[in-house]
Amino acid sequence: MILSLDPELMQVLLLSLEVSGLAICIAVVLGIPSGVFLGLRRFPGRNLLITLVNTGMGLPPVVVGLVVFLFLARSGPLGNLNLLYTPSAMIIAQIIIALPIVMGVTMAGIQNLDEKLRLQILALGASKLQYFWKLIEEGRLIVLSALAAGFGSIISEVGAVMMVGGNIKGQTRVLTTAIVLETRQGNYSLAIALGIILFLIALLLNLVFTYLQQRRSS
Amino acid sequence: MKAILRLKDVEVALGGKTILNIKELDVRSEEILTILGPTGSGKSTTLKLMAFLIKPKKGELFWQGKKVRFPAPLVIRRSISMTFQDPLPFEGTVFENVAYGLRIRGIKGKELRTRVEEALELFSISHLKNQSAKKVSGGEAQRVALARSLVFRPSLLLLDEPLASLDPITKEGMIPELHKVLKQLGITCVYVTHDQEEAFALADRIAVMEQGEIIQVGTKEDVFFKPGDVRVARFVGAENLIPAVILSNEEGLVTMKAQGKTLEAVAPFPQGTGVIACIRPEEITLKKDGAALDRVTARNQLPGIVLSLETLGPVIKVSLDCGFQIKALITRRSASDLNLKPGDAIFATFKATAVHVIPEVKGGTNG
Repeated sequence: MILSLDPELMQVLLLSLEVSGLAICIAVVLGIPSGVFLGLRRFPGRNLLITLVNTGMGLPPVVVGLVVFLFLARSGPLGNLNLLYTPSAMIIAQIIIALPIVMGVTMAGIQNLDEKLRLQILALGASKLQYFWKLIEEGRLIVLSALAAGFGSIISEVGAVMMVGGNIKGQTRVLTTAIVLETRQGNYSLAIALGIILFLIALLLNLVFTYLQQRRSS
Repeated sequence: MKAILRLKDVEVALGGKTILNIKELDVRSEEILTILGPTGSGKSTTLKLMAFLIKPKKGELFWQGKKVRFPAPLVIRRSISMTFQDPLPFEGTVFENVAYGLRIRGIKGKELRTRVEEALELFSISHLKNQSAKKVSGGEAQRVALARSLVFRPSLLLLDEPLASLDPITKEGMIPELHKVLKQLGITCVYVTHDQEEAFALADRIAVMEQGEIIQVGTKEDVFFKPGDVRVARFVGAENLIPAVILSNEEGLVTMKAQGKTLEAVAPFPQGTGVIACIRPEEITLKKDGAALDRVTARNQLPGIVLSLETLGPVIKVSLDCGFQIKALITRRSASDLNLKPGDAIFATFKATAVHVIPEVKGGTNG
C-alpha cells in the first residue's frame, strides 16, 4: 500500500506535512527571536512570561484544541472567520502547541551561551540587531533542537487537530487522525501503513538533525 | 597629552555593593596603559566600563572630551574593541572570525579580504585562515582573538589578561610581539593584568588597582621603583618593607633607624618622620667575607643570619635575619660560590639609592 503510493494515503501524508510544516515555520519565525529576547532581556513581567512559556511547553494538546475550538466555533469570538474544520484551524492549533516549545528551548539555549561570548560580540561593535543575529548563529545547534522538538511535537499530535480539524476525509484528515479512525474501523493494514509512514518521518528528521549536530560538534 | 577616554568619579555597583570607585583616570592617545592589580580588584569591571558594556551607578565618562550618555552611541562603541582572557572563538573559520568586525561595519569584497589578510599576517596566523577557529591551539586562538579585535583599527583597544591562559614560553614570545604591533599601528591600549612583569614589559604608564580603587598611576618606572604606598610597593614586588624613623637628613641623604639598625637612603623627609623603607630583593647583594666589604661601595651593609633558601627557577630567594627579616634574590651561581646554607653569618649590602622611602602615614604600616 505504501509502495503503490495509494492516492488517499498520499493525500493524508501531504496534508500532514503541509499543516505541520507551515505551523513549525511560523512557530520558528515567532519563537526564536522571542526566545532569544526572553533569554537575554530583563523587563517587568519577564518571570511571568517565562512561567507561561514553561507551562505552554507541557500543555496538553487537547486543551489547546478545546480553546481554539471555542474561539473558532460559530458562536465564538472568531466564529465569523469560518475557520473551524479547515486546515487553517489545524495550523493555528499547532502553532500554539509548538510556539512555547520553540521559545523555551531557544531561551534555555541562549542563556547557556557563555556570558563572555555575548559581551565579546558587543565589544566588537555589533548593533542590537547584529548582536541578536550573531547569537542565533552561534547557537545554531540550539535553534536546530528547538526546530526538532517543535516539529516532533506537532506532527505526532492528535487531540487538537481532531477537535479543530474534524478529521474530514480529503480535507482535514492527517496521519494521526487517520490512524485513530482506521484503527477504530478495523482497517488495521491502512492504520499500520500510516503508522509506519509517521514513524519513518520521525526517523528521517532525527537522522538529519543528528547528522547536522554531529557534524557541527565533531 | 590628549585623553581619548576619561573616567571621572565613577562608581559601579553589583547587587547594591560598590565594586568600583575611580576618582579619575585618563587614557591618553597612543599610550599603552596597563592596569595592574590582584584578582578581584576591579580591573575587568574597569575595562567593561571603558568599553561602555556596563553602566556606572555614578560618575561620568568622556570620549574624546565629550561626555557620553548611556547606552553609548554605536559610533563610539565601534571605536573601541575589547578582548577577553578567553579567546572566545566564534563558529566558523579563522578568516570568518577575524572578518566579523569588518562585516558588521558593512565592509565587504576585496577590501574585507585585504584587511583580514593583513591582520592575519600581523599575528602570523595566515596559514590558519581556513581552519575552524574552535580547533586551533590556545596560543593560536589568542592570536585569532587579537587579530579579530584589531582588524577594524579601533581607536581604543582594551585587553583583559589576553595572555593569562598561555604557557610561559608562548606568553614570553607574545609580549614583545604584541608591543611591536601596538606601537607600529599607534593604537591606544588599556591592558589589564595581575602579572607585574607583563605590565612592566608592555606599559608606558601603569595604574595599580586594589579593592575597586586606583591607588597609583604613573610611568612604569615611578610605579615600580617609587611606589606611592605600601600596597603598591608590595604588589610590584618590593618585598622588603621595613618600618623606620628618620634620624637625620643631610641634603637628601637620610639616615634611618630600623629595629636598632641604621639604614641610609635618598629621600626628602625631615628628621623624626616615621617611614617604610622599600627594598626590592634583587637590589640586595650578599657577601660572606667581612674583609671584602671594604671594596663594596654600597652604603648599607647589614650583618645577618641566613634563615632559608628557596629556589625559584634560575634564581634563589634568600631569607635573612638582620634584626628584621629581609629577602634577597641571587643567582644560583652566587649561591653556590658563597656556599650558602641556613645558619650562615652573612652581610646584606645595598646602595642608598636602592632604598625607596615611603612616609608611614600614607599607606599605614606593612602589616
